Amino acid sequence: MDLRELYQETILDHNKAPRNYGEIPGASHTAHGHNPLCGDRVTVQACVDDQGRITEVRFQGNGCAISTASASMLTEALQGKTVAEANTLVDRFQELIRLGADGSDEELQASLGKLAVFAGVCDYPSRVTCATLAWHTLRSALETTGADASTGPVTTE
Amino acid sequence: MNRLGGTDGCGATAAAARDAFDVAAVRRDFPILDRVVRGGEQLLYLDNAASAQKPACTVDAIDHYYRNSNANVHRGVHALSEEATLLYEGAREKAQRFLNAQRSAEIVFVRGATEGINLVANGIARRLQAGDEIIVSQMEHHSNIVPWQMACSASGAQLRVIPMNQAGELDLSAYAALLGDQTKFVALSHMSNALGTLNPVKEMIRLAHERGVQVLLDSAQAAPHVRIDVQDLDCDFLVLSGHKLYGPTGIGVLYGRAAALQDLPPYQGGGEMIRTVTFEETTYNDVPWRFEAGTPNIAGAVGLGASIDYLERLDWAGVHRHEQELHDLATEQIGAIEGVTLIGTAATKGSIVTFTLADVHPHDVGTVLDTRGIAVRAGHHCAQPVMDFYSVAATVRASFGIYNTREEVERLVAALQGVREVFL
Repeated sequence: MDLRELYQETILDHNKAPRNYGEIPGASHTAHGHNPLCGDRVTVQACVDDQGRITEVRFQGNGCAISTASASMLTEALQGKTVAEANTLVDRFQELIRLGADGSDEELQASLGKLAVFAGVCDYPSRVTCATLAWHTLRSALETTGADASTGPVTTE
Repeated sequence: MNRLGGTDGCGATAAAARDAFDVAAVRRDFPILDRVVRGGEQLLYLDNAASAQKPACTVDAIDHYYRNSNANVHRGVHALSEEATLLYEGAREKAQRFLNAQRSAEIVFVRGATEGINLVANGIARRLQAGDEIIVSQMEHHSNIVPWQMACSASGAQLRVIPMNQAGELDLSAYAALLGDQTKFVALSHMSNALGTLNPVKEMIRLAHERGVQVLLDSAQAAPHVRIDVQDLDCDFLVLSGHKLYGPTGIGVLYGRAAALQDLPPYQGGGEMIRTVTFEETTYNDVPWRFEAGTPNIAGAVGLGASIDYLERLDWAGVHRHEQELHDLATEQIGAIEGVTLIGTAATKGSIVTFTLADVHPHDVGTVLDTRGIAVRAGHHCAQPVMDFYSVAATVRASFGIYNTREEVERLVAALQGVREVFL
């Protein structure tokens, strides 16, 4: 497999210039993720309004290009989605990583839009947790409630 | 054909020259080096500090054991059991000679260095009380930290840490100051897996012995790179892992000075480690079998014996020269790449080069190298206190073995330039 199939331009771009990076003071949902294998840490925060719609998502943390780009693209993808839609997207994203470009159908890839660039990670099993850490963490954040809700660290173990 | 129906070690298959170290001959003994991996590239294996490759003679010895001699040891009165026992105890004698131990009863077969340390720590823990101290160093692998923490938490003893400088060299005067009446044990890395530092262990053992304190050396990393003489070092315990010594996984050696082993309580209970068992009372077997409960890893011991035979036939002065050359060349060429920070620059090092490349995450460096067929380790190397010391989450580590070449160092350096082009 060619290097560029994994490190696609979109991924390199989001790694160099992550979107929605930072803290949301007073976020309604927060979770911390940790990948003990590489020491990567990510905090994902979201604001959800009364209608259950995500009005803002941001992330902070240190990680490799795959995990940084994945977190950055997650924040773009989830802006304005309902919690139910967000959970569906998390499922689909994990399905894509599990099946890869060859194993997943076109419908799944199309429904993920730009996120389909992560399909190449499937061929690098040791890097799968890098791609999915922010997504696990987001799901955990959305499961918490209350203004100060913050779960214990989500780990990839 | 000998009495055991074939080779019991590294016989005819090894092509390594006896007189002068010949890397091309050594490479022919390691068939895996011909493998083509990702991107159609020939494997360039630089993760030897994690686990080394095995010479064909070791693989053959294991194969031969299972095809011809497999049985349980020390029990049967039949031919195969006797053969298996001879092979197993023969491997113990090979390990004894390799380490220059006084007698084979000082060699305990364990799963690896980790189990060896746990075995000793478990015994030492029973002697500890609140106020006692155990000394380790800043550069220990987790396997030489956690068992001692467990020993301390069970007894109320304290773990003390020998500090190191920015180059990754231990502070010997701080060590001398730590040694006191309260010190009950010293557990020390012989060679750092994360930094490559070779510690002045002989002098450090002498200082501990002046205080009557026993010392365990974690020689998992050192064993493939330096000739170990336990009598010259005067250590009380020493552990190594077979798989880092070009041998199988799941087998390792705990050396213990006869009197020191004798003073340790049994570790695991079960068959083999006993002499008599009734429901009222059990009497234990002699050392070393007292520490080998259950059916041991016989094939692993046989394989390790074959690897030791292989290594014994190498010209070790040549091995040192070769590995040092690779280390020096890699240090110079990797160090010259823009953005590289070398981690671990001690004056005395084994053939490990650890670094970071600007703000590119080590896992990304590792993956890009992987697409070029190059295997390195990226991560915290099971030495998180070392990572904390240098304020990094992870590093890239290239670790060299007997079969690596100067051309491979150059291939690594060229690939690292490629990493820069992708990310910087």
